Amino acid sequence: MSQSDKMPIVAMQQLGNRGKTQMLNVEPIENGTVIDHIRAGKGKKVVEMLGIDKNSAGRVALVMNVPSKRLNKKDIVKIEGTFLNEEQTNLVALMAPQSTINIIKNGKVVEKREVEIPNLLKKVGICPNPNCICNTEHAERIFSKEEQGFRCHYCERNFKADELVR
Amino acid sequence: MDLISIRDLEKKEIEKILDLAEDMAKGKAKRKYDKIIATLFFEPSTRTRLSFQSAALRLGMNYIDFTPETSSIKKGETFLDTVKVISGYADILVIRHPKEGAARLAADVVNTPVINGGDGGNQHPTQALIDLFTIRKTKGKIANMNISLAGDLRHARTMQSLVYALAMFGAKITLISPKGLELEPKLVKEIEEKFEAKIKTKSDLSFEDADVLYICRIQEERFADPYEAKRVKEQFMLNMGHLQNAKKDIVILSPLPKINEISEEVDTSDKARYFEQAHYGIPVRMAIIDYVLSN
Repeated sequence: MSQSDKMPIVAMQQLGNRGKTQMLNVEPIENGTVIDHIRAGKGKKVVEMLGIDKNSAGRVALVMNVPSKRLNKKDIVKIEGTFLNEEQTNLVALMAPQSTINIIKNGKVVEKREVEIPNLLKKVGICPNPNCICNTEHAERIFSKEEQGFRCHYCERNFKADELVR
Repeated sequence: MDLISIRDLEKKEIEKILDLAEDMAKGKAKRKYDKIIATLFFEPSTRTRLSFQSAALRLGMNYIDFTPETSSIKKGETFLDTVKVISGYADILVIRHPKEGAARLAADVVNTPVINGGDGGNQHPTQALIDLFTIRKTKGKIANMNISLAGDLRHARTMQSLVYALAMFGAKITLISPKGLELEPKLVKEIEEKFEAKIKTKSDLSFEDADVLYICRIQEERFADPYEAKRVKEQFMLNMGHLQNAKKDIVILSPLPKINEISEEVDTSDKARYFEQAHYGIPVRMAIIDYVLSN
């Protein structure tokens, strides 16, 4: 990501069996968040888990299968008019641990976050254990990071990161 | 303080509680309490509920008892609202609930100390403390003892707490369970890494090296196939034949209840110490109440 989001995202898109390629342009955003380096195929889930839908205020672009040196292929999500908070950043970290978050203001990247899952995850993720009390009573979701994965504060079971984002 | 999980306790704290329980067993309770304990059992219980009530009475306390069948739970009141209300009626709460994490959640939202009396298939820390106390009483120590844990290791909450505590104290553990009912591999890995525990696994009831055999019930309701449940249950019924090659001084323990997983001949042998173990519930739970209220 450059220091400016004036450059549009350009993706090479394969068109069926004809083998031809076509440039796919996505308009840059003036203010908002760009989530880059999402592993290909996870972008749609990121959009879903962030609760972005037709009721969201700004425009949203999901670009899939963008060629990437680091990942071979990646997804990118651009969200106009929304600056991800800590909780949302943690959520992205769970789903796409190698992604980067760029906060854009007046067309410039003013903050670049390498996402990292914190040692204590609060308010994000869902305990996959159906018998865990946090799935039936009003309880703040809390998971602590351990060597083997993430331990639910309540049922004490250990899960992999992607199990927490169903 | 609260007592929710065996993971919350350091070895030193457990030793303090066990020492305190020794004093309680000798009738040397240092403190009496003008307080009320509430027992909130959302699941059936004989030993845990009655021994907590008895322990409280012996510490000079009174108790109030909650049963969901005759409470506003029947009208749809939530678990948390129930706990919030009762926390104002008592000075300490003992909670058993079928949902895992219920006691933890309660402890998070009320200022009254909470003791976990069993939460789903997760934890039963006070039973583990009774088990440790019984092993120490009957064998003199826990470290380096060969302890075989047999039965449904996957679903029994007593096993989740006990295996962790035994590993913490340096016992040599053998896990014996039918296929599909093994202890959760992540838990085995956790205690191997955390305590460098020595753990063996097998599926037959043989106890040549065991100093202690701890057996818990095969839970038929966990099987999809009733025939398979019956077969496994029969295979895991302990009789004197299984103990032929065992050490003469092997001690057999169980969290109880036992239905028919231990034969009558074992029941009457001097190796069976589970009723004595159940009775240690009183001094140990007196020690737990005392420890929780004074910390």
